Amino acid sequence: MIENNLPVLIIIVPLCAALLCLLLTGINRHLGRAVVVLAVLASLVMSVMQLGLVIKNGPIHYAIGNYKVPFGIEFVIDSLNAVIIVMISTIGFISAVYADHFVTDRRPLLHGAYNTIIALLITGLLGMASTGDVFNLYVFLEITSLSAYCLIALGGSRGIVSAYRYMLVGTIAATFYLVAAALLYGATGTLNMDDMAKILSSGDYDTVMLLSMCFLIPAFGIKMALFPFHGWQPSAYTHAEAGTRPLITGVMGKLPAYAMFRFFYCIFGTDFRYVRYLMLALGVFSVCSMLYGSLMAMWQNDIRKMLAYSSVAQIGYISLGFAIGTPIALAGSFLHMIGHAFMKGGLFFCTGAIRYKFGTTDLNDFGRIYKKMPLTCGLLTVAALSMIGIPPTAGFFSKWYLASGAADQHYWIYIAVLVISSLLNAVYFFKLIEKVFINEDAGLKDKWSRGPELPLTMLIPIVVCFVAILGIGLFNAKIVDVLLLTLGEVGL
Amino acid sequence: MDFNWLSWLPLEYRPLCAVLVSMIAAGLIYVLGEHIHRNLREAITLIASVLKIVLVYSLIPAALAGTEVRLELFRIVKGVSFALSVDPAGMVFACVASTLWLLTSIYSIGYMRGHGEKNQTGYFAAFAMCLSSATGLCFASNLLTFFVFYEILTVSTYPLVVHYRDDEGIASGRKYLAYTLISGQIFFAAIVIVYSVSGTTEFTPGGFLDAKMLPAPWALIVFFMMVGAGIVKAGVMPLHSWLPAAMVAPTPVSALLHAVAVVKAGAFCTLRVVLYVFGPELAKSCGGAKALAWMAVFTIIVSSFIAMRKTNLKARLAFSTVGQLSYIVLGICILTPFSTAGALYHIVAHAFMKITLFMVAGAVFVTTHKKDITEMVGIGRRMPFTMGAFALASIGIAGFPFFAGFVSKANIIFGAVEAGQPLYVATLIASALLALAYLMPVVLVSFKKEVENPEFMEFGEADLRMLLPLLMAAILSVLLGIWPNMGLHLFDLSLMAGNSIFQPLM
Repeated sequence: MIENNLPVLIIIVPLCAALLCLLLTGINRHLGRAVVVLAVLASLVMSVMQLGLVIKNGPIHYAIGNYKVPFGIEFVIDSLNAVIIVMISTIGFISAVYADHFVTDRRPLLHGAYNTIIALLITGLLGMASTGDVFNLYVFLEITSLSAYCLIALGGSRGIVSAYRYMLVGTIAATFYLVAAALLYGATGTLNMDDMAKILSSGDYDTVMLLSMCFLIPAFGIKMALFPFHGWQPSAYTHAEAGTRPLITGVMGKLPAYAMFRFFYCIFGTDFRYVRYLMLALGVFSVCSMLYGSLMAMWQNDIRKMLAYSSVAQIGYISLGFAIGTPIALAGSFLHMIGHAFMKGGLFFCTGAIRYKFGTTDLNDFGRIYKKMPLTCGLLTVAALSMIGIPPTAGFFSKWYLASGAADQHYWIYIAVLVISSLLNAVYFFKLIEKVFINEDAGLKDKWSRGPELPLTMLIPIVVCFVAILGIGLFNAKIVDVLLLTLGEVGL
Repeated sequence: MDFNWLSWLPLEYRPLCAVLVSMIAAGLIYVLGEHIHRNLREAITLIASVLKIVLVYSLIPAALAGTEVRLELFRIVKGVSFALSVDPAGMVFACVASTLWLLTSIYSIGYMRGHGEKNQTGYFAAFAMCLSSATGLCFASNLLTFFVFYEILTVSTYPLVVHYRDDEGIASGRKYLAYTLISGQIFFAAIVIVYSVSGTTEFTPGGFLDAKMLPAPWALIVFFMMVGAGIVKAGVMPLHSWLPAAMVAPTPVSALLHAVAVVKAGAFCTLRVVLYVFGPELAKSCGGAKALAWMAVFTIIVSSFIAMRKTNLKARLAFSTVGQLSYIVLGICILTPFSTAGALYHIVAHAFMKITLFMVAGAVFVTTHKKDITEMVGIGRRMPFTMGAFALASIGIAGFPFFAGFVSKANIIFGAVEAGQPLYVATLIASALLALAYLMPVVLVSFKKEVENPEFMEFGEADLRMLLPLLMAAILSVLLGIWPNMGLHLFDLSLMAGNSIFQPLM
């Protein structure tokens, strides 16, 4: 019973929790949160089961409500999104565990609403990953965006300004997406992705596809914060509410990238006449993103802003894989999606923890903080090394696949950019390491000095990210095998 | 030696254990270091280094017999496995690194305590991590596995360079990272290209690339992209300047950098790239070997002159290292079996001699707080054993017969003669004289009869924990000159490596 309905259960359970949460918080302050955490944990367990099934039996096609497929909504789970769903629910779970320490206003209504929004955000993200329907994707995209606007706005007065800015830009992106979807729907008469792909490849739709491509690139570009569409991102990531920032920064930007992949590789396909232009455009944007993001990050003194700009650069790695297009390079992109979620999530878990303990996010205050927070700084170091791409961390291996894909296609310039970008990363991440381990102690006041380094619920996410970064690195070949089950058929 | 009692541990797992034993030690020291007594903490280092020596030595019979010892653990990326294997060349480096780890550890304890250093936990942890990755380098059987350990070595040396955490330390740390990370990333790009054109990264004696895979200009470009990483760490000019800058670190770190792991890893990387990836034929036909050889010749001569002008003892030794490492690079680039064997053996010889010199410099500094050669007049009279060891090692560096340095240099010269390169021969002989010219004054000054500095009267010999390792190293460097094969058959192993590389050509 559960096994047959896994794709939809993974989404329904957190959705129900979101709806119940507010009510239950009214009864007891901890009940609402407990339900959300448990629901996301249930999703995590189910998503792991689902991944196992997909690897064993191949893709799952799930028609919701048993409506016939081209008309009803379909969830399609192949090995790609099965892995992504595991990633989302893992980070969602640890964020939900972690976030509660940052709630300042504990009135039941607000506290309950906060957990509700977290659950909704996770629902939206899971939905975006699961769906096989173009319009349904829009719905989940909006659920994600709306809850993200709220969570960013919760980060104080500057958070409200950033959220407003993001909302303005994000609405444009959503509209662009809708226009593109409408164009495609008008031409093909279907909203189901597989069906659309079949129809598009059967006739002469190149003009419509080109037109919708012109809308889709900025739409996804804005949502994933690819240069030059990243304007909203640094301030939004910086001022977002501290507890959920890892979820927003680590996962939220990846799903539009995943959707972009679905459109360009699964729906349009590589036989699309203008695919060269598409890949060239993506390549230019990615290269600019990687260089611009790192250059901007070097000048920041606020660690949050530095990491936000570094995300602009890292998203560039992901779309660079799309611009190269071989299965190996695409696998590199997806590996980077997963790896970067844990690296960036982990780095923000650390900064959140440092802020929780010492109330600062200014890099200049971080002198020899490792003596007081050895575990946090351990993760900080591993995640930073992974960002630079030092083996055996996850970041090195995604870079390896991207570079070997580029070498197979003779895109030497991309290899050079990868090298330069890692060196730029090294500049600011070693600056961070220098601050944390070497600089003079700034004499910070400890706000939370009871017992161990941090409360247990804050340590769990840190340890999980630490293990994940190394684990993804060491077992990357297994993950890539799973990814290639699907990618082997779609790449160049 | 008999290692039958170790037979419960299969041969192919021993390289892995040798890598892990110091990695685990590093982890234990880092986690427990601040909570346990310092003697207990140092015991971890010592136990691990003894275990590592046993594990590494127990592989020698297999390496000598040419048995294939190979372990494929998991796939490091799709298509390439994480593979460790034992071959003569790697064995030579592994023996040196593991032996000297024990000596340096004992010495470090004396030095760090004698000097009252801070942050000793981090120091010993990073030291163990360096050794772990150096051992990994020796046994890595393909480029990617090699690169993983190479980068770990780069990163784990960084905390040692910035040990004092002052402005000077930070500046040298940055310089060190700039040099090694940039060259490392370029190395990475080259590995990707090599994998893409050849479909393999497996080290093969005699190389696996050929001119068809990499046409003319590309072969040279990729050659320098790869060798670059090696010669940066080996300090070949003009890429050497991080090495003298790294002298700000405590002396045992300098000993590690110069003798045990880091620069040797660079030389070893050059060896692997030139002879196991490109192979003699392609290295010769693309012109890379020749260009590199001339860089080495230039470095040997220039660094000797710079060394003469330095009055700080450690700085003088640093430039001496720059020159001596280029012997190894030159030996590799001459591309004959003898010169290759000589180059490999120079890894051994130089390690023992240079570690003696650095240990003496450190012992003098801890005992008398003198860094400058001009202040050391007459110190040998107060510290006869210490300075005696210095004298032995200096003569060895110059390459006198019956010292380890002679064996390696003679072989390199043999190779150069065989290859018909009189200029290389001349360089090697001239540099021996230059080495005498910059090291012997130190010995002569220190044994001067009139003790100029009255405060020397208060000093005696260095602490035993420093004196014993440095005497051991000095004695070993003499013994290895008289019996190059003593105990570990290191010379035979070097010859085997040389022959295996050039066998397909003959």
